[in-house]
Amino acid sequence: MALTREQIESIAALARLELTAEELPVYQDSLSRILEFVGALERADTASVTPMAHPLPGLSQRLRPDVVTEQDHHAEYQQNAPQVAAGLYLVPKVIE
Amino acid sequence: MSELHHMGLAELAAGLRARRFSSFELTETFLKRIEASQGALNAFISVTREAALAQAAAADRALAAGTGGALEGVPVAHKDLFCTKGVRTTCGSRMLDKFVSPYDATVVAKLKSAGAVMLGKTNMDEFAMGSSNETSYYGPVRNPWDPRLVPGGSSGGSAAAVAARLVPGATATDTGGSIRQPAALCGITGLKPTYGRVSRYGMVAFASSLDQGGVLTASAADAALMLREMAGFDPNDSTSVEREVPDYVAELDAPLAGLRVGLLQEFFDKGLEPGNEQRIRAALKVFESLGARLSEVSLPNLPLSVPVYYVVAPAECSSNLARFDGVRYGHRCEKPRDLTDLYRRTRGEGFGAEVKRRIMTGTYVLSAGYYDAYYLKAQRVRQLISADFTRAFTGVDVLMGPTTPTPAFPIGAKTSDPITMYLNDIYTIGANLAGLPAVSIPCGFVSELPVGLQIVGPHFSEARLLAAAHAFQRATDWHRRIPAGYA
Repeated sequence: MALTREQIESIAALARLELTAEELPVYQDSLSRILEFVGALERADTASVTPMAHPLPGLSQRLRPDVVTEQDHHAEYQQNAPQVAAGLYLVPKVIE
Repeated sequence: MSELHHMGLAELAAGLRARRFSSFELTETFLKRIEASQGALNAFISVTREAALAQAAAADRALAAGTGGALEGVPVAHKDLFCTKGVRTTCGSRMLDKFVSPYDATVVAKLKSAGAVMLGKTNMDEFAMGSSNETSYYGPVRNPWDPRLVPGGSSGGSAAAVAARLVPGATATDTGGSIRQPAALCGITGLKPTYGRVSRYGMVAFASSLDQGGVLTASAADAALMLREMAGFDPNDSTSVEREVPDYVAELDAPLAGLRVGLLQEFFDKGLEPGNEQRIRAALKVFESLGARLSEVSLPNLPLSVPVYYVVAPAECSSNLARFDGVRYGHRCEKPRDLTDLYRRTRGEGFGAEVKRRIMTGTYVLSAGYYDAYYLKAQRVRQLISADFTRAFTGVDVLMGPTTPTPAFPIGAKTSDPITMYLNDIYTIGANLAGLPAVSIPCGFVSELPVGLQIVGPHFSEARLLAAAHAFQRATDWHRRIPAGYA
């Protein structure tokens, strides 16, 4: 199925990706081709099939006891942050 | 004594324990090989020379005292998506170019406590998305058998490094074939374990229901040793399985006679190059001569595995990579106008073309109105593929077939069409969708390029796969071949 330029712009906006004017037609073409390719799935009869939820049969997500296991590492972790001040991550103003 | 770099991981571990050479000497030997080949192969993103030599010296002290782990003093390299405390972890992306991990991945910590010495971090496709190592922000890795060709991907740096004997073993990860496909194209042994066998904690996530860490080594015996030290339950990974790790090394010599081998009909399709097919058929004859019983097996839904994968993997990727927001770590754009602009330009600049393509594909298939038609449909077909495997394993012990349809291809040959590139993983993706273990072993050459045979087994059958591969490697010497210029 062919995607329109507007659809690509809307997907990019949902994915929070800035695309250049050169990138848009490239993704319009390749995403359309990928969707056509995965369209082959329509042919499979899955009427009575439960979607897979875990790659190992019979297993589901394990839970752990709700206890504190981690110490405070924020100073260490913030060494990788682009911008911090007084232990806080800085972002552009959100509320005027 | 043969040259140090000709020895496999297991032989080196034994030699170190017997004090025939020191870890310092061994580490220096491999570091020199890495440094000498970097311009030609580009297999490494970071080389941790000083830390490696310090670790080697410590290992020598432990060995002198008669202590230390099973890999004490043995050099290894980590794919650059395993977090390494205090060492840059880039995942092959501009997004993480300056990221220094504050902690070790469980796999890294386990190998460290077994005594392994880390030489550096290997190059890879960006965020493990690729089959040729051409999507790396740090440039393509070259195949040591022919530098004009790709090494495969996404674990291309780890595979090229082991093939050129720059390191005796390297960690790798496999989401759709990223261990087995480069192992095949580089002529080495690559094992993707059962989903949940090896902890994913500290592995940068791509597609969480498919990702699995594993090993690249010269031989199955080396893979058995390395996997034994890496595998096991980890409370930090909610999908890690609580199940004892067998001694894969002790089980290597399990007899092969009577092994029921199913030949995957769907893998001997029109896409398989005749030269590759000949090598695979010849390898199957070797298994037969060792006592294996061959029969043909059909998995009718398997041809849909690539379409399933290119819905499920991008969907999970788009969720996982949402964490790269330019706020907490990673790249950030200059002078953002507002928060949305910060997100959009940070991600637009930080991610490469293939990563953006997959994020967008995933976003689309998960979006309102399309979720049922694409994502849920794919998870239903995935269930059918998994059921095909389960049925097949009621009649045979393992499945065999090619790892890839062709030998290594030229750099640039498949970059213009994503579908052509995706079809490279046509024989490997099924095992990921079903969470099964699979190994690729070298089984011959076509036009002087290596060909890989794939063996797939039921869940948690790593010992059986490794024993079968080991039996083959005792009868053949393909795994001992080293590319000219690296011998």
